[in-house]
Amino acid sequence: MLINFVGILFDGIAYGSLLFLIGIGLSVTMGLMNFINLAHGAFAMLGGYVCVAVMTRFGLPFLATLPIAFIVTALAGAILERTLYQRLYQASHLDQVLFSIGLTFMAIAAATYFWGPGQQPIQLPDFLRGQVRVLGLDLGAYRLFLVALVIVITMALVWLVAHTRFGAQLRAAVDNQQAAAGMGIHVNKVFALTFALGSGLAGLGGALGIDVLGLDPTFPVKFMVYFLLVVTVGGAGSIKGTLMAALILGVFDVAGKYYVPEVGAFVIYASMVLLLIVFPSGLYGRRA
Amino acid sequence: MKVALRTEALSKQWGGFRANSDLNIVLPQGARHALIGPNGAGKTTFINLLTGVFTPTSGKVYLGDQNVTHLPQHQRVKRGMARTFQINTLFPGLTVLESVVLAVCERRGIAGRWMTTVAKQREAVEEAENLLESLRLLEEADALTRNLPYGKQRLVEIALALATRPKILLLDEPGAGIPSAESAELFAVIAALPADVTILLIEHDMELVFRFAEAITVLVGGQVLTEGTPAQIAADERVKEVYLGEARHV
Amino acid sequence: MSVAAAGARTDDPGSRRLPDGRWHRMEIGFWLLPIAAFFLLPGFLVLGSQILIVALFALSLDLILGYAGIVSLGHAAFFGVGAYSAGLLVTHGWGEPLSGLVLAGAIAALVGYVVSFLVVRGEDLARLMVTLGIGLLLYEAANKAAFMTGGVDGLSGVVMWKLLGVFAFDLGGKVAFAYSLMVLFIVFVLMRRLVNSPFGLSLRGLREGGKRMPAIGSPVRSRQVVIFTIAAGVAGVAGGLLAQTTQFVGLEVFGFPRSAELLIMLVLGGAGRLYGALIGAALFMIAQEVLSGLNPVYWQFWIGLLLVVVVLSARGGVMGAAEALQASLRGKAI
Repeated sequence: MLINFVGILFDGIAYGSLLFLIGIGLSVTMGLMNFINLAHGAFAMLGGYVCVAVMTRFGLPFLATLPIAFIVTALAGAILERTLYQRLYQASHLDQVLFSIGLTFMAIAAATYFWGPGQQPIQLPDFLRGQVRVLGLDLGAYRLFLVALVIVITMALVWLVAHTRFGAQLRAAVDNQQAAAGMGIHVNKVFALTFALGSGLAGLGGALGIDVLGLDPTFPVKFMVYFLLVVTVGGAGSIKGTLMAALILGVFDVAGKYYVPEVGAFVIYASMVLLLIVFPSGLYGRRA
Repeated sequence: MKVALRTEALSKQWGGFRANSDLNIVLPQGARHALIGPNGAGKTTFINLLTGVFTPTSGKVYLGDQNVTHLPQHQRVKRGMARTFQINTLFPGLTVLESVVLAVCERRGIAGRWMTTVAKQREAVEEAENLLESLRLLEEADALTRNLPYGKQRLVEIALALATRPKILLLDEPGAGIPSAESAELFAVIAALPADVTILLIEHDMELVFRFAEAITVLVGGQVLTEGTPAQIAADERVKEVYLGEARHV
Repeated sequence: MSVAAAGARTDDPGSRRLPDGRWHRMEIGFWLLPIAAFFLLPGFLVLGSQILIVALFALSLDLILGYAGIVSLGHAAFFGVGAYSAGLLVTHGWGEPLSGLVLAGAIAALVGYVVSFLVVRGEDLARLMVTLGIGLLLYEAANKAAFMTGGVDGLSGVVMWKLLGVFAFDLGGKVAFAYSLMVLFIVFVLMRRLVNSPFGLSLRGLREGGKRMPAIGSPVRSRQVVIFTIAAGVAGVAGGLLAQTTQFVGLEVFGFPRSAELLIMLVLGGAGRLYGALIGAALFMIAQEVLSGLNPVYWQFWIGLLLVVVVLSARGGVMGAAEALQASLRGKAI
């Protein structure tokens, strides 16, 4: 029973790490630009399909597709940000919601057109399949890889935000946009880079997540709630909060589906609503 | 002397930043009181604490004898406290008349009626029109608020506050951004308010302050530097120091 | 066109433009259209009922979105509650249409009342999440409660008794159409009264200046609770109508696509104008019908593109464009 529990905990952490990887871009975007981007899942989806396309078309191994997925998605994010998103930063939240829903629809339609409506199969490299013995427990090798990778990326992100000039500019812009601009920070550039980085990470998460979350054209809608949930509960603009929320959500979801499968997703939505009642600004949320 | 508004050790702090520290301010009824201080001194924060937009970190706010520290905004308005905003906080998509009628209906407690039409609220509409007329806004009654020039919008800002028939009026830089010629009109309206209305005015224009105020509080860095009559404040060296370069002398 | 001459004031308080609830000629013309359709387009009536029902649903969203400014991504929740309430009532033995409809609306309003307290608490984003979450939650609940709702297969066998004891629901859809039209019209008239009332003005105030409302003494939260409850009830009535006229209730009544499409309709027609909701719904449904032969992928793509374009450019949807046109024509006349 205990072993089961630890196994579930680990699965939940792996799942949560994926959610964090995809969701952190959304969190920073919302905290920075105050932009509600429901299309964020579409970037993750793009990363996933890029990975699949590169593997099938060019025969590259799985691991090699990951940086490609990151770069392509980051580029897409940068382009869309400069051409479209940028125009709506001052718009009402409703407009932003509508806009991003429109983008999502277009993304889903495009994915269906090019790859069909079914789930994408993925061939993981051999060394990532199967189980690994860690401290007397059998843990999934791929999930282990996931968690390790996300730990590394998280540390890199934290270092980026805390110790680089860009990070300082980002923090300043999140805190007080006007003051930051007044200090000579090119807020537009910060936005563009941040959006690109966030989208890239989402794309990477989408590619990594094919095995765990699956990949089909309805991905953005299916998982949109989860990403939004992670950001809302964790508090937009907070790395720590997003991470906490993602891990909690991951564990709860996996545990819920294992222990009370009849209720399933219901647990997640109910916990979200409850959490929002108690913490209207999220766990580590900035005061609105 | 009846006290209209009183604060007790009122403080507001965000993280390490102390916006207001330990403010004990007393406004007798009918006061013509000005609150001055350099930018960032915490004057607007003070108004936000008084009106309930912010909850204080510590301290109390009293309306007359009642402790209203934890009373929500709209209930403080019902008890007679109204304010204007430093940055226009109006209803862009409503006409001037609609905005003021709305405020009047809220005061009269009829804004919840849904089985009748707005046009049928004769008394409320008449009251609104009279108010607009006194502010020389009647001609713009049907104009959308967002289409008005800035100066007129500032007047609507005051109209909305006056529509609530306040006993205590908190004005946050009412003349901000208006050229002196027009602001004279605005201040004429304020000066013409009934004597039993208590007015707290935040302003940077020293000439207006000295003309209007009977008492002045100087706020610096979230704390009271000094209080007194205009003559005392004008003579105070510390105040002059604080305002070197800040004062507008006409 | 200010009525007042310089300095003089007319003594009639009604001389200025305030919501007065007077019926415009165009409105009357508008309502003659479905009546004409009833007599002239018998083959169209089944689709027509659907349009009327969705129009009612869109109307309910306009109340909270267009008038009170609450962005909801889960309004389908109340639609679904109404649909299942009405459907389950029939499958449990009571098939009288009108009372079923009233029940559907009442239950949806009750759920809306409870949910409203969650919705009025947070900021925009939290509100969005809560509304989205409620919709998804109910979808899952209905899915899991398959023993009651039929789950993925849906609830069928919703066979209604005669309307008013006289009119049996016919296959041609005549009775359904007339029934839906009556309900839509009655609810519309009530809602029209509401938005022209002082309460309606306060809702617009909420939408236009949420920060100023408490400063003029308005109890914002309780107003939001009231309108949210009413909107939920109206959505429930629309859902009930769907169940009763199509004799079936599927899970998709709760689905996110429903809520999203509703938003699109409002954007198309123009929010905050009541008629915009009706027009947007009609346009959307007709377009969907006409283009339904096309690959559904195309439909989704073009709708998405339309949405993006509209948000980036046109303000106020069809009604907004119409009003702008009207204003410029009037300007030219002077």
